Amino acid sequence: MAIDCLVLGAGQEVGKSCVVVTINGKRIMFDCGMHMAYNDHRQYPDFSRISKSCDFNNAIDCIVITHFHLDHIGALPYFTEICGYNGPIYMTYPTRALAPIMLEDYRKVLVDRRGEVEQFTSDHIAECMKKVIAVDLKQTVQVDKDLQIRAYYAGHVLGAAMFYAKVGDSAMVYTGDYNMTPDRHLGAARIDRLQLDLLITDFDFHGICLVFQFTFCKCYNSEIEYRNSLFIDYAAAVSDTVDYIIVSYLISLPCPEMEALAFGLRSTYATTVRDSKYAREREFLKAAASSVLHTAVASILSFVVIIVVHKCVAGGGKVLIPAFALGRAQELCILLDDYWERMNLRVPIYFSAVHNFDRSLIDAPGPCVLFATPGMLTGGFSLEVFKHWAPSEMNLITLPGYCLAGTIGNKLMSGNPTIELEGTKIDVRCQIHQLAFSPHTDGKGIMDLVKFLSPQHVILVHGEKPKMATLKERIQSELGIKCCDPANNESVCIPSTHYVKAGASDAFIRSCLNPNFQFLKSGSEEKSVSGSKCTEGTLPLWIKDERVAEGILVLEKSEKAKVVHQDELLLMLGEKRHEVQFAYCCPVNVDELEKFTTTSLTPTARMLRDPNKSSLIRLLVAKLSRKLSEGNIQDFGEHLQVESFHLSVCLKDTCPYRITNGLEDKPRTAFFCCTWSAADDKLARKIISAMENRDLVET
Amino acid sequence: MSYLIAHWTFRHSQSFLHCQMIFIKLYARKILILKTGRSPMGMLGLPFLTRMEGFSAKIYITEAAARIGQLMMEELICMNMEYRQFYGAEESSGPQWMKWEELELLPSALRKIALGEDGSELGGGCPCIAHVKDCISKVQTLRFGEEACYNGILIIKAFSSGLDIGACNWIISGAKGNIAYISGSNFASGHAMDFDYRAIQGSDLILYSDLSSLDSTEDIDQSSFSDDNNNWEELMNSLSNYDESVEEMEKLAFICSCAIDSVKAGGSVLIPINRVGVFLQLLEQIAIFMECSSLKIPIYIISSVAEELLAYTNTIPEWLCKQRQEKLFSGDPLFAHVKLIKEKKIHVFPAVHSPKLLMNWQEPCIVFSPHWSLRLGPTIHLLRRWSGDHNSLLVLENEVDAELAVLPFKPISMKVLQCSFLSGKKLQKVQPLLKILQPKLVLFPEEWRTHVSFSDVTSFSVSHYSENETIHIPSLKESAELEIAADIASKFQWRMLKQKKLNITRLKGRLFVNHGKHQLLPENEPGGSSQTRPFLHWGSPDPENLLAELSKMGINGSVERCMTDAESEDGFTVKVQDPEKSMIEVRAAVTVISAADKNLASRIVKAMENILEGI
Repeated sequence: MAIDCLVLGAGQEVGKSCVVVTINGKRIMFDCGMHMAYNDHRQYPDFSRISKSCDFNNAIDCIVITHFHLDHIGALPYFTEICGYNGPIYMTYPTRALAPIMLEDYRKVLVDRRGEVEQFTSDHIAECMKKVIAVDLKQTVQVDKDLQIRAYYAGHVLGAAMFYAKVGDSAMVYTGDYNMTPDRHLGAARIDRLQLDLLITDFDFHGICLVFQFTFCKCYNSEIEYRNSLFIDYAAAVSDTVDYIIVSYLISLPCPEMEALAFGLRSTYATTVRDSKYAREREFLKAAASSVLHTAVASILSFVVIIVVHKCVAGGGKVLIPAFALGRAQELCILLDDYWERMNLRVPIYFSAVHNFDRSLIDAPGPCVLFATPGMLTGGFSLEVFKHWAPSEMNLITLPGYCLAGTIGNKLMSGNPTIELEGTKIDVRCQIHQLAFSPHTDGKGIMDLVKFLSPQHVILVHGEKPKMATLKERIQSELGIKCCDPANNESVCIPSTHYVKAGASDAFIRSCLNPNFQFLKSGSEEKSVSGSKCTEGTLPLWIKDERVAEGILVLEKSEKAKVVHQDELLLMLGEKRHEVQFAYCCPVNVDELEKFTTTSLTPTARMLRDPNKSSLIRLLVAKLSRKLSEGNIQDFGEHLQVESFHLSVCLKDTCPYRITNGLEDKPRTAFFCCTWSAADDKLARKIISAMENRDLVET
Repeated sequence: MSYLIAHWTFRHSQSFLHCQMIFIKLYARKILILKTGRSPMGMLGLPFLTRMEGFSAKIYITEAAARIGQLMMEELICMNMEYRQFYGAEESSGPQWMKWEELELLPSALRKIALGEDGSELGGGCPCIAHVKDCISKVQTLRFGEEACYNGILIIKAFSSGLDIGACNWIISGAKGNIAYISGSNFASGHAMDFDYRAIQGSDLILYSDLSSLDSTEDIDQSSFSDDNNNWEELMNSLSNYDESVEEMEKLAFICSCAIDSVKAGGSVLIPINRVGVFLQLLEQIAIFMECSSLKIPIYIISSVAEELLAYTNTIPEWLCKQRQEKLFSGDPLFAHVKLIKEKKIHVFPAVHSPKLLMNWQEPCIVFSPHWSLRLGPTIHLLRRWSGDHNSLLVLENEVDAELAVLPFKPISMKVLQCSFLSGKKLQKVQPLLKILQPKLVLFPEEWRTHVSFSDVTSFSVSHYSENETIHIPSLKESAELEIAADIASKFQWRMLKQKKLNITRLKGRLFVNHGKHQLLPENEPGGSSQTRPFLHWGSPDPENLLAELSKMGINGSVERCMTDAESEDGFTVKVQDPEKSMIEVRAAVTVISAADKNLASRIVKAMENILEGI
């Protein structure tokens, strides 16, 4: 049994996530993303590797989409409408609601702005969406008789989910992007402790938000406004950005981190009418924040940003904060606002999407703070403002934690003093601060998740090779879990769990649940360490209750394999048990015994002249408990017992089990009749050796 | 293991509260309570149980039902407080209907299960808000299809029943089979997610508890469901044909047209809120009818929780039917009331004495308010006001005894319209549905024995149950499913038993009971003595064979049969002289080997094993 894992995208790179996994004959495609940096065939995963004949309906059982970012969903309409995949597609409700908006936004970017040939039409998107089956978090969905999937909350962005898939006994999780530390916007990823053969985790989660490039496109307003009336009484707020849809959706859908508040929030926000949509959003996020414990680290990082921003405006500079991933900008905005209030600052903060930030304000004198999209300065309003503000040393530009190669943001991060833009050179003199917090998981987050899930194997995707190599090393050395980071179009095969199924009888199950106490004197180790110090009374007793399941597997022709208790087997066979036992009548020199015990038992030892059964047994117990490290010696007065080993004083003149000759005549010899079952032969022989004082010879 | 299933319903004289539940008892002591109400309404009695000292059972409710149920409970308490404020407490312990005389009737064993060993008295009096909060905090909420694991041995899942928002059927599965509990289910709902029958298909046992009284007198025409129709997909389609939903829509339309007639004549309409889903649909329909007849009559919703309820119901696409989910995806509100409230066609007020309502009040009007019993809440005031107006209309659901309900308001000249909405499957659909679900055993309500005959059913057996009665059901499966790790399986040493044509092998590991499954995993320390020797023997050794086997191993001895012991008449003894003196004593059920040298002893055992069967 094995799991085959074909990486079609995001193998040792960031962009176009797409992994096709075959578990026990079922084939699942996880994510179907596009690469934003390419314009040619490289922007889509190489689907021909799935099926040479391009018969995708037979080649793939289902597609699972983790979240609505284009690098995870961008190729979906192409795959379904152009390549002709007609099977089921699973995603969460929020993703299902947001995906068409994202895809349409992207399509318009390509066609309207870049003037490129569209790869899919609006109809394609609509048709594609018809094939989607929305799932709830934690809902176990039976795709077919054998294939089971389940979504878990992943944080990151609204609707983001990790997906669990199980076929037969083999199970795996594909994470998509997630975050392990909660922020004020969304909670940390949540997943059950599952038995997994494979965990495919994204390494470097940088959602590509090019879609926001044209959120200012006026032509969108009507549509977005329309969509914004979704769910709740939110239409009054005319929103310019897709973010607002997200926010309104956030209010309307449960976010596990806010479970306690969710209900209250829903009603509050559904019915309270406020003047400013900004105020409304702010209040919502504030309320959310109170329920989410912000991690100390994140607070400090945010604080650093605020201080830097404050410093700049105090010096009369302007601050440009290109807004990046959903939620982050809002978060920073709240923090800034709180700070402003506390410090009684009057410098205006503009959120370009909310306030109609007039272009004339760009060159207005005096300090200000402006949030503008897109985050990586790839165009649009933030780039426009950047052109104006960059040449002044007084100004500050904060950059998101990650900028795609080739973007202005990326060039700035690499310390480029002059940027060429549409033929004009811009002399960048302003201060540049890189935001340290990013909605993507960090090395620690991945380690935490891997440790928590403890899968048999880990596959890292969606990250740059050198960075992933370090983590791969750590996962293997620190956690002892096999890990690999295949490149695009590489296939990895890992072994998977398989159980043999059998029926188990009640008697067997009951016998497994029986307590199996073992009383271990810590003797063996203790003796060697502290030698004579340990007297009998102070030896701690270890009690072990390791229940062992022992039974018999019966395979009858044309019947299901069955596990039974051994007693049941005999019933099945109609046979009676035939015990094989050992017996031995063991001679022991009483003097020896006495000598051995006189130190502790002086007065009673004298009684041996008239041998009394129980005192003999007592002497023997005393001797054996010193010599034996294992077994629990039980003294029953008339006899003693160790496991199945049974011993009693033999007073018969001729005992059939008295094998050794000639000892009868020796004076002061006592006989002990011993019986034991074959299972305890080893132990019994040890006891007998000890009794006959042969132990030294034996060892 | 046997399942003990008790099923009963509490009903109160006024049907104010009813709580339906099943107790399932497994493994003697593991106890479970499942909340199985037909709708969120079904949980209103829960605080009575949970506030008991020593109440320890686990409660599972769907998330949506828990939320709506909580709102309903809060409203009920609010109304009761108001009632007492106006009319005083009749008795110190609360009104008559709050007495739980019926719980006293519970079989004592089940009372113990629910309330612990003390079985202390159920306290009288109405629960307060704190009790409701406490009750909700003890509940584990689930989404549809979410797996909840009880104590490692059972998996509990809820699947939509289609009756109301959050209403569900339950599946409880363990290693020994699964039980499906079917409450009132509806094939095509205009609001809640459709009845998920596929999830229930193939259950071992179906506890059928769809006790809707609707159409109980209807003749059952089975001709359309002939037995030779084996294609259940087709059968399902015929069952879930949209007749029902069309019928339901027609009923709604009828109520609406009656309401329009009334307001046109200058009367007002009072619609007590009962089931949430019906209420929301009715709200939408009436608004459409008003629009069509271009009437400008205000619609009031007077309820302390309506605002929250309306907001909440519009944010739960996961719990709603396909058509409403589509609205989400195309950007429309899930329910039309959002728009209607904004357009000021619907007005929501918390209480009948809200200042804003008083300022806004216009008659004629249409009012939705609690409580459908007509004994609590704003309905009392409004009924008093309108009962004399023959143009006004009161809309009641069929399950309320209308005669009794309006009794305090007599003489009444107001029109009373009673309607019945589907609260479950129609009787004639029961049998075909069960055939589709393919269970092994069906538990069917005794009171329906005469209505639904299973005499021609061969695919499953049927038992009948009555309320407040316990039935024992034998184990559904003979053996529990055990999953054996491949590591263990690869080390099997098979032994063929010729005469029985059996292959057997010894099995050892650690048993894990996890997530409803039994798994046998390798031992932690596989060290120990690798016990390759059999320990279980059977058969009767024969002296000649034994001697032959012994001599093969270089052991020589002689057989002595002269045993004097009476008990061992068919026994014999082998005295071994070579290589060393030893003795083998063979009796019917035991062989005793006596040898001083352990190597010799183990060789003798080997010889014994060769002539005995063993594992």
